[in-house]
Formats: sequence, C-alpha cells, structure tokens
Amino acid sequence: MFENLDPVVFSRIQFAFVISFHIFFPAFTIGLASWLAVLECMWLATGRPVYAVVYRMWVKIFAVTFGMGVVSGVVMSFQFGTNWAAFADKAGNILGPLLGYEVLTAFFLEATFLGVMLFGWNRVNRGVHFAATIIVTLGTLISAFWILSANSWMQTPQGFMVAKNGLLYPTNWLQIVFSPSFPYRFVHMITGAYLTTAFVAGGIGAFYLRRDRHIKEARVMMGMAMIMAIFVAPLQLLAGDVHGLNTFAHQPVKVAAIEGLWETQHGAPLTLFGWPDQKEETTKFAVEIPRLSSLILTHDFNGEVRGLKAWPRDERPPVPWVFFAFRVMVGIGALMALTGLTALVLYLKKRLFDTRWFQKWCIAMIPAGFAAVLAGWIVTEVGRQPYIIQGVMRTADALSPVNGIPVAISLGAFVLTYGVVFGAGIFYIIKLIRIGPEAEADVYGSHGVKKPALLTPTVSKDEGQHV
Amino acid sequence: MFDLPLIWFALLFTALFLYVLLDGFDLGVGILFPFAPSDECRDRMMNSIAPFWDGNETWLVLSGGGLFAAFPLAYAILMPAFYMPVILMLLGLIFRGVAFEFRFKAVKSRFIWDYSFHFGSIVAAFMQGMILGAYVRGVQVEGRSFAGHPFDWLSAYSFMTGVALLFGYALLGATWLMMKTDGITRDWARKCASYVLGYVGVFLAIVSISMPIMNDRVRHLWFSLPDFYYLLPIPLVTAAFFVLIWRDLQKGAEYRPFFLSVGIFLMGYIGWGISLWPWLVPFAVTFRQAAAAASSQSFLLAGTLVILPVIIAYVAWCYYVFRGKVSEEGYY
Repeated sequence: MFENLDPVVFSRIQFAFVISFHIFFPAFTIGLASWLAVLECMWLATGRPVYAVVYRMWVKIFAVTFGMGVVSGVVMSFQFGTNWAAFADKAGNILGPLLGYEVLTAFFLEATFLGVMLFGWNRVNRGVHFAATIIVTLGTLISAFWILSANSWMQTPQGFMVAKNGLLYPTNWLQIVFSPSFPYRFVHMITGAYLTTAFVAGGIGAFYLRRDRHIKEARVMMGMAMIMAIFVAPLQLLAGDVHGLNTFAHQPVKVAAIEGLWETQHGAPLTLFGWPDQKEETTKFAVEIPRLSSLILTHDFNGEVRGLKAWPRDERPPVPWVFFAFRVMVGIGALMALTGLTALVLYLKKRLFDTRWFQKWCIAMIPAGFAAVLAGWIVTEVGRQPYIIQGVMRTADALSPVNGIPVAISLGAFVLTYGVVFGAGIFYIIKLIRIGPEAEADVYGSHGVKKPALLTPTVSKDEGQHV
Repeated sequence: MFDLPLIWFALLFTALFLYVLLDGFDLGVGILFPFAPSDECRDRMMNSIAPFWDGNETWLVLSGGGLFAAFPLAYAILMPAFYMPVILMLLGLIFRGVAFEFRFKAVKSRFIWDYSFHFGSIVAAFMQGMILGAYVRGVQVEGRSFAGHPFDWLSAYSFMTGVALLFGYALLGATWLMMKTDGITRDWARKCASYVLGYVGVFLAIVSISMPIMNDRVRHLWFSLPDFYYLLPIPLVTAAFFVLIWRDLQKGAEYRPFFLSVGIFLMGYIGWGISLWPWLVPFAVTFRQAAAAASSQSFLLAGTLVILPVIIAYVAWCYYVFRGKVSEEGYY
C-alpha cells in the first residue's frame, strides 16, 4: 500500500504545516519588537518605571516567541531543497539571492543584537541597549521585506526570462525585488503583524484589569493597544482593499475564487456568504448584494468581473479554501475596527479601563490577529494554486525526487515535534502572563540568579539597574 | 572580470567553517550537558552560550541559503539526497534551541528540557557527521537531480563519521567551557577535554586514512610527488596542535586549548576541502557546473562584500560584550 503514497500531496501538507506554524511567530515578533522599542523609548524619555516594568514582562515573552520563530524558521530555509528541489533548481537564480539577502541583512542582525537586548542589561549602557532593541526591530522589518519580496515575485513574477534549458534567469533585479504585488503585501502584512501584537497586548491588559491586578501596567498595555485598534485597524481594511485591487489586476482568478464568482458578469454581485461547489461550478445558498463586487473592483456598477469559468478547470485554485479563508480574514478585520471604534467611544466617556464587558471582549480577541494572518496567507497562497510561480511553474512540477514514505514520515515527525515543543512554548508564555509584570528588579537574562549571568561588570553602578 | 563561482565557493566554504566552529562549541556544550557535576554547573554552561547560540545557528542558515543562492543546482541535488538526515538534524536543532528559553521557565519539568537540549544537540551533531560521511562517499546524480536511494546516506562509514563529529564538537565544547567558566565547572571541563581528545585524534586518523583508500583521486592527490610535500604541513601541524592541547590540559591553561581545538578543526576542514576540490556534489557536479547565473551571483555578491564585514564586526563586538567568565554566584 505504501507505494501509492503521493510525495506531492505529503510535501504540500508538510510545507503548509511548517509554514503555517512558522508564520505565527514572526506575525507576533514583528509587532512585539516595535512595541518594545516604543516602550523603551518612552521609559528613557519619561523616566516612568511603569514602562520598564511592562518592557521587562514582554521581553521575556518576546524571547520565548523569538526562539520558536528561529527554530521553525531554520526548517523553512531547508524545505525548498528537501521537498521542492525542482523549484529550487529552476527558480534558484532569482529566489536564491533574495533569501541570501534576508540572511545577511536581517537574520544576523536579529540574532546577534537579541543577545545584547536580552542579556546585556548590566554590560552595556542604556543608550546602547536601546540601540540593540531598535536594531532587532529593524531586523524583523528587513526580514519581512525580503521574504515578502520573494513571495510577491512568486505571485506576480517579472524581470526574468526562461532560458532554453528551462531555467529562469534574472533580467532586471529592481523589477524582481519590487514586483507589482510587493508594496501592497508588505504594508498589509506589517500592519497585520502590528494589529496581532496589539490585540494580544490589549487582551492581556484587559485580563489584568478584570482581575484587578497590575492596574498601572495593564492600563499601559490596553491603552497603547487601543490606540492601534482605533487608528490602525481601519487603515488595515483600506490597505487590504487596495491589495485586493492589485490582485484583481494581476491574479484575477484568485479574486474570482475569493468572490465565489463562476460566471463572467457585468455588474457582478458581492457574495457575502455561500457554499462554493467546485464540481458543480456554482456557489450554493449565496447571499448576495447586487453589483457591489463590480463597484469595489472596477469602481463601476456595470464593470466586468471575470468568473472562474473563464479559466480551464486545471487553472483554478481550490475555491472553498480561498472563499472561506477570505471571509474569516475580513470578518476579523471588521471586528478589530469595531473594537477600535468601541474603545474610542468608551475613552470619550472615560470608561475605557473599567467597562467589564469590553474587558471580556478584548480577552476574547487575543487570538484574533493570528487567525486573520493565517487566513490571509491561506487566501493568497491557496489562491495562487495550481501554480507555485504564477503562470510559470506548477506546484506539481516543483517536487524533489523523493518518494512518499520518507515524506510521510517526516510530516509525522514535524507534526509530533511542533505539537510538543510549541505546545510547551505556549504553556510557558501563559505562565509568564500569569506571573505578570514584576516590579522588583528581577532582570531578564539573570535566569533566577540574583546577580548578572556573566561576571566582569562593564557598566558603573548607577547604570547597572536596567530593563 | 571576477571569477564569481570561485569567490562564492570560497565564501561558502568559509561560512560553513564558521558554522561548524561556532555552533560546534555550543552543540558540544549540549553533548556534555548531563554529565556536568551539578545543576549549578549546568546553569553556568547554559549561560555561557545563551547570548550566542542564535547567531551561531544563523551561519547554518547562511550556508544553506548561500548554497541555494550561489549554487542552486547543488542545493537541489544535495537536499533530497540527504532528506532524512537533514530533517532529523532540523528536529534536533528545534529541541535544543527551545530548551534555552524553556528550561529557565520550567521548575518541575526542567529535567525534560535538560534532556531535550542534550539529545537535540546529539542528534543534530550526529546527523551533521553522517551527512559529512555520506557526502565524501559521493552522491548519485542523473541529469539535474539526485538519482540515488533514500537510504544511500546510511552506512557504517557515515555512522563512524557521525560519532567522530560528536567527539569533535565535545572537544570544542569542553575547551570553550574551560575558557568561560571557573571552579568545579572548569575542572570538570578540563577532564572532559582530556578524555575526548584521544578519541578525536583516533577518529581524525581513521577519516584521514579512509578517504584516500576509498577514492583513487584523493589517494593520487595526497600521495604523489610533489603534492605530498606541499600537503605534508597539514597533518604535521594537526599533530602539533594535539601535542600542544595535551600539554596545556596538563598545565591547566584555560584559553589556548579552545583556539588549538579550532586549529584542529581548521586543519581537518582544509584537508577535507582539498580532497574534494573541485566537487560541490561529489563526484558528479563541480562548483562551476552548479553555479547560478552570473547576474545572480554578482547581485548577491555586491551586497555581501559590504555586509559581511559589518556582520563579522558586530558579531565580534557581541562576543566582546559578553567576555569573561560566567558567574560562579550560586556556589554557596
């Protein structure tokens, strides 16, 4: 029976699994790094200890999350070769340098200065420590820049030619790095990461307020998070909309799958909900708003929107995945904006920090950002299928010369390992949250030791107390 | 104008060595971990590498990513050829990587993460050694892809090189600890170093003898005149390093043994590189055949020439910031 195991199917599941797991960590650390930089900046500027206390609590969570992001990220850098060797061979000339730049400009920066950020509190002065936090933050953003550039090129490839031997050769690096979907994807993802972090921080703040614990610190967490919800959540809806228009221009079949639209129409309706049936080529039980889809996508009530039937069956993505994931993402986005609006109203009524039901709501919203980020990636990645490089290479042709059994085994091993290891990670993060911010000068990196982890103090006594 | 494939070959050769060296000592600490005399020792051991391990592992990502960028064909052949050991190595690295954070958060379950750190390090190191052994025996290639069996990498020889690398990393780890700790941790590390040093010598000798025996070309390279005389310094210097480490360990020197261990690794690495030149996928694809498009290699090289010195500078600064011995506080 094992001869029939299809390495393509297992490789796809494996890649989907390891990358879905991985994206949770960067989605959180990108936002968290920026927030920590803001907190440290506020602490240095105002001298109010509350910011240092909040920093100290969240830098521990950052360290755990970052560690998990690193180890799951190392896996990613080998997946292209182990499972998608034909793709690595064909597209290596183009994607290789982009990933190479990610390692050189971001990974070393993050990894090295993270050490200073976590363990350097008694060994460098405040300015240098703040610089380390800023550099780690920059590292997360630069890393996102390159990896999203690579991904965007796979969505909207340009600046290359196909040689006689079938390999792709770069012709214009500027076009490759800045492919048409890249700026939109970058803004959308970074904003998504910021909102993810904001809703975690806000939810934890609300949790403390509800329990009447750590009031001062909790207000900082929730207050800053709600600023993000008020101002950034609506912007994200806008950014997503613009990104969608870009997709409509470059990957119209993805948009047709998002809309669950099968027939090409002038004045296409917007399907709020329904049940897309790939076999029967129809969306059942559709709840529609007439002409709205045309209006959004073409800015004309009678604009033409191509339906899925405009493409042959083997050129269409798996519609239900794209269709439902999109609705999850947009639904959560709307709830986030609504949270921001509610926060604004409560703030004006001076009830932001003591409205019990709103605290409950914020706690419920803690996982929202993660769900939205994952759903968004499902939309964009599944929506590109059956291609691995849109219009250039099919996923089925990208596989390594491996057979099904080793891939099935490795998939099982990944599921087991990630389940145990990252389950434990979440457990320890929850533990850190339960402990909460601590006012006394227990410092990260001391690891329970009352003195710094390394001898040879290099900073004078009055500088010693540090975040 | 520039010989791009050669430059990239040299850069990757260097990056991989830096990985072996830097992650070598922290994997070595993991290999020795449960044998330390006390929990306090283990805390010190962990603290001695905690600020560095993440950066050290980045050299592996650079080696993998650099291979993909500069020699995509070699990447596309080698990764499927070593599918299982690469995956196992990655899983090992996961278990040891998360242990750094988890063991200090855990109380009752700390022993789980101690073992996760230990066995993760062993699996990662052992798999790297097995890949090395399978690599020098050659990879079957047809057209542009791996054409061998999924278990080609598994052999008595690769098992031996796996064990050999475990001892090699243990030596790096032990001499690192001699340098970064004091008191009973340092004394114990010195005993460990003395113990593994002999094994490292034996395994290095076996590998050095077996490679010319297995491969005519390698034999011809090392044992024909006048190459024999040009290459003779490599084994001689290696032997001298062994003698010096042995004497340092007897005398109780704390810093030099680490750098001498690095020297041993460097000599072995150079010998290995010379033997396999110019193959990138032995003995099927040379580094020139595997080279990416010139425009890809030059695009990445332009940035690398600027960024790599900066990276080396700030990594060195990071080691400078965390210089000195790990605190003995706790020995009360």
